Amino acid sequence: MTPPALARRSVVVDCTTSVGEFTVSAAFDAAKGITALFGPSGSGKSVTLASIAGLLRPQRGSIAIGGTVVADAAAGVHVPTQARRLGMVFQDAALLPHRTPLDNVAIAIHGQSRNGRRDQAREWLGRVQAGQLADTPTATLSGGEQQRIALARALAGHPEVLLLDEPFSALDLPTRKSLRQLVRDLVDAHGLTALIVTHDLDDIAHLADRVVLYEPGRSTVSHDVVGVAPEALPRLLGLMT
Amino acid sequence: MDDWSPLWLSLWVATSATLIAAVAGIGLAYVLAKGRFPGRGLLEAIATVPIVLPPTVLGYYLLTALGVNSPIGQAWERFFGAPLVFTPTAAVIAASISALPFVVRTGRAAIEEVDPRLEDAARVAGHREWRVATLVTVPVARRGLLAGVALGFARALGDFGATVMVAGNIPGHTQTLPIAVYDFVQAGDGAAAGTGALILAGIAVVVLLAVTTLSARRI
Repeated sequence: MTPPALARRSVVVDCTTSVGEFTVSAAFDAAKGITALFGPSGSGKSVTLASIAGLLRPQRGSIAIGGTVVADAAAGVHVPTQARRLGMVFQDAALLPHRTPLDNVAIAIHGQSRNGRRDQAREWLGRVQAGQLADTPTATLSGGEQQRIALARALAGHPEVLLLDEPFSALDLPTRKSLRQLVRDLVDAHGLTALIVTHDLDDIAHLADRVVLYEPGRSTVSHDVVGVAPEALPRLLGLMT
Repeated sequence: MDDWSPLWLSLWVATSATLIAAVAGIGLAYVLAKGRFPGRGLLEAIATVPIVLPPTVLGYYLLTALGVNSPIGQAWERFFGAPLVFTPTAAVIAASISALPFVVRTGRAAIEEVDPRLEDAARVAGHREWRVATLVTVPVARRGLLAGVALGFARALGDFGATVMVAGNIPGHTQTLPIAVYDFVQAGDGAAAGTGALILAGIAVVVLLAVTTLSARRI
């Protein structure tokens, strides 16, 4: 039996991951809603995210998703990425350039006929307001359009956890605003646990429920930021202004 | 040129050899690009060595490996009732091995150029490694892979030394066009040599253009 407290805290991270010479230690919990990993570039936030996704393997410690241990260095546990039931959006969308937007979403849907997958993919494109882009050549899409499709792909497999790795940093301000709203609505509508890596204070002010602060090489403290006024954030997070 | 059989034989040998080299070479390129295993360096060296060996030396070793006194040659003869060497099949083997390194080296570079994020995205979307390869890696790298195959075809079509060692120079049977050109020159038939040379040069230029176009165009 999974203790109820553990199941409620859907992502529990306490691990150290090395990439070459660079080592990152992270310890935090993320519950339903949106948790931001916030800190300067190069502090290791994306390494933590890749560890949760199983794309990197921690050298020490463990990671649990929804009460299931997916990585435990001491016990030699490493659940492969494919079996972790995740959705992930990368900074540069990472859409397959040789497939249509519709196909890009359909590849995340499993266990159905080809037509069934495509019908579902079409529904997901509608939910991210990109239904009209289904058959547009992927290479001709704008950055914002690509991220919408990447978001649909990330959610189409019905993940428990949504991982967002600086998803808005390559976008202009109006596009950022509308995509933030879209992420917020989808996370609320599907009761997801979302983790977003960002170094943009606006993401904290307008999107995050909770913030895990990073300094180079490690996570430090967490703060609830629901209802905190944007102008009060720098002080709360101990940032210099 | 009165007898066109060297051209047809050359095209058949080069096409068969290119198919073999493409399948084996792309598989090897993938393993070398992605795999981390002991003996990887050795495997790469073996796959590359036909580029650096003089073709007659490559042919000599193939003759030793496939000849009537070798285990492979004897097994072949027991199974098919005739020796392997000095047949069109031997020419295909020589051309395949000559072409293989071009597919492997060009293909490996193309596979290594594929953005790992694209492969990660497919993994997160629930696909196993072999499916990541067929869904993402190979299609995204396809231009580079095709360029390697085209270079391999040119090499297979042009081989002289290795082919003449293991397949001989039997007119109408194992005499490919590059070997025929040599024979025409020896026989003082300048017109036929010129025609054969022009055909081979023309195909080579077409292949070169194809490779340049494939390498230059980005998705």
